[in-house]
Amino acid sequence: MTPRWRVWIIVALAAAVGAAAVYFPTLRKRVKQAAILTQQTEEQARRELTQPFLGNPSEPRVKAKLFWASHADDAALTPVTVDLPLGSDPVLRAKQVLNTLLAGPVDAELRTLPPDAALLEFYLLPNGTGIADFSEALATSTPSGIASEQLAVESIARTLEANVPQIKRLKILIHGQEVDTLAGHLDLTGTFPLSPAPPPPSPPTKKP
Amino acid sequence: MLLDVRKVYSSLALRLSSSALPPGASRAFVATAVLALSALLFWQFVSSSNNVVAAQSTTAAAPAPQNNTATASQPPNNFQANLQTNVLNTVVLDPAHGGTDPGARGTGGLRESEVVLEFAAQIRRALESQGLQVVQTRLGDENPSFDDRSAMANAQRGAVFVTIHISSTGLPSTARVYTNSDLPPLSNTNGLIPWDQAQSPFLDLSRKLGDAVQSLLAQRFKGSPNESQSAAVRQLRTTAAPAIAVEISSVSVEKREELDRMAPGVADAIARGVVAFKPSYVVPSLPSPTQSLSVPPSATPASAPPGSAARSAAPPSAHPAAASVAPKGSPQ
Repeated sequence: MTPRWRVWIIVALAAAVGAAAVYFPTLRKRVKQAAILTQQTEEQARRELTQPFLGNPSEPRVKAKLFWASHADDAALTPVTVDLPLGSDPVLRAKQVLNTLLAGPVDAELRTLPPDAALLEFYLLPNGTGIADFSEALATSTPSGIASEQLAVESIARTLEANVPQIKRLKILIHGQEVDTLAGHLDLTGTFPLSPAPPPPSPPTKKP
Repeated sequence: MLLDVRKVYSSLALRLSSSALPPGASRAFVATAVLALSALLFWQFVSSSNNVVAAQSTTAAAPAPQNNTATASQPPNNFQANLQTNVLNTVVLDPAHGGTDPGARGTGGLRESEVVLEFAAQIRRALESQGLQVVQTRLGDENPSFDDRSAMANAQRGAVFVTIHISSTGLPSTARVYTNSDLPPLSNTNGLIPWDQAQSPFLDLSRKLGDAVQSLLAQRFKGSPNESQSAAVRQLRTTAAPAIAVEISSVSVEKREELDRMAPGVADAIARGVVAFKPSYVVPSLPSPTQSLSVPPSATPASAPPGSAARSAAPPSAHPAAASVAPKGSPQ
């Protein structure tokens, strides 16, 4: 092989290595994204199996207010308005908004409840106590800590408060049982008071 | 014990009286012996009665926690000395979790239960340097129950309760102070507080203590809130004393040193916060002057019906706002 050919081969190899080095991070990112998409698809499939769609598409779509974590402060909640076909039955309505809350926001970083948690049942007692029965994953997968546990419970409570005014207080069960704490800190033996959403402001009256 | 002593004394007297002595001397000796024995028996009776009373007082005033290590950390029983109620002199320090409960776990293997123990050691030193007595709910890798920890606090007089936590999430190098969220108002208590709502009369004081500590933490750790927050923290609900939870962020730090660097600042803020709170410490009074002592539900005597009145061994000048034996129920 002549020295000239050798130079060409070395240059070609160097170019190939350079191109690979440039392309590798992009490739890695794509693989990661594909893995996340697969995971999400699996999660979606599981959710579709375990959570039949409760809303009736023929119901009028209303603007429901759901509470997820805030971008600005990770210990605070922020309301997000979502169009949902909500019925008038308070139990069905509660199930719909809680399932949407569990499904999570567009930005997964802002989710307040673990993705593998599911709402098993919702009951409403005549005295206005709403009982939300969640799967065990709510207790086992919520990050342990006062702040994270409070954020989880507050997001449930505030979402119900904003969308189902018939519920006066909230009781959380895990797999049908009362538990001492959510994940070691937050007390679940009692109920959480909900204050009904304030009535819309009345238009100012003109003084004669 | 009493019967054994009697047997010994009577057998001695019989032997002596049957020995070969002159009749006059024998009578005099028997009379003296009877007198001496009576005096001894009286003394035995008095001392054994005192022991029984002392044992009853100890049981009612300070229910023994099930944790041996924790017991070892308690100061000697200075119940009478602490009866000057409006003087804050003790801090019950609670490193959360432990034993089979590691608490929050970081990706790097950090365990909340271990980190809080080291924080507690520094906080303890800072508090002691301020002249405060410290009782720790655990010194090693044990996990006393929520009620056991509360019982240790409720057995103290003139005390505040501080539970230390490390969060899973949150802005690193910040700290938040929590007080218990509102509990239903106590009504018709007859001077007793249900165990499940022991925190209820202390909520205002807890908030004052919480704000005092939080403001100092906010000065030290940027990004921390300026005021304490309220949350339904299980540990605080059954504590009959001004009580706060301090949560440090977080076990998700990349290096353990980041948390270790916070410890002196957290310790100093808590110690100075407690000292700043000291003048505000006034034991809240209950509707009825009936007084009772704190006993966890597990310590309810078998003969006492649920919700029964305070133990009879409770001294009349005991803590006027302590929790009593009461059945567990929903706090709301």
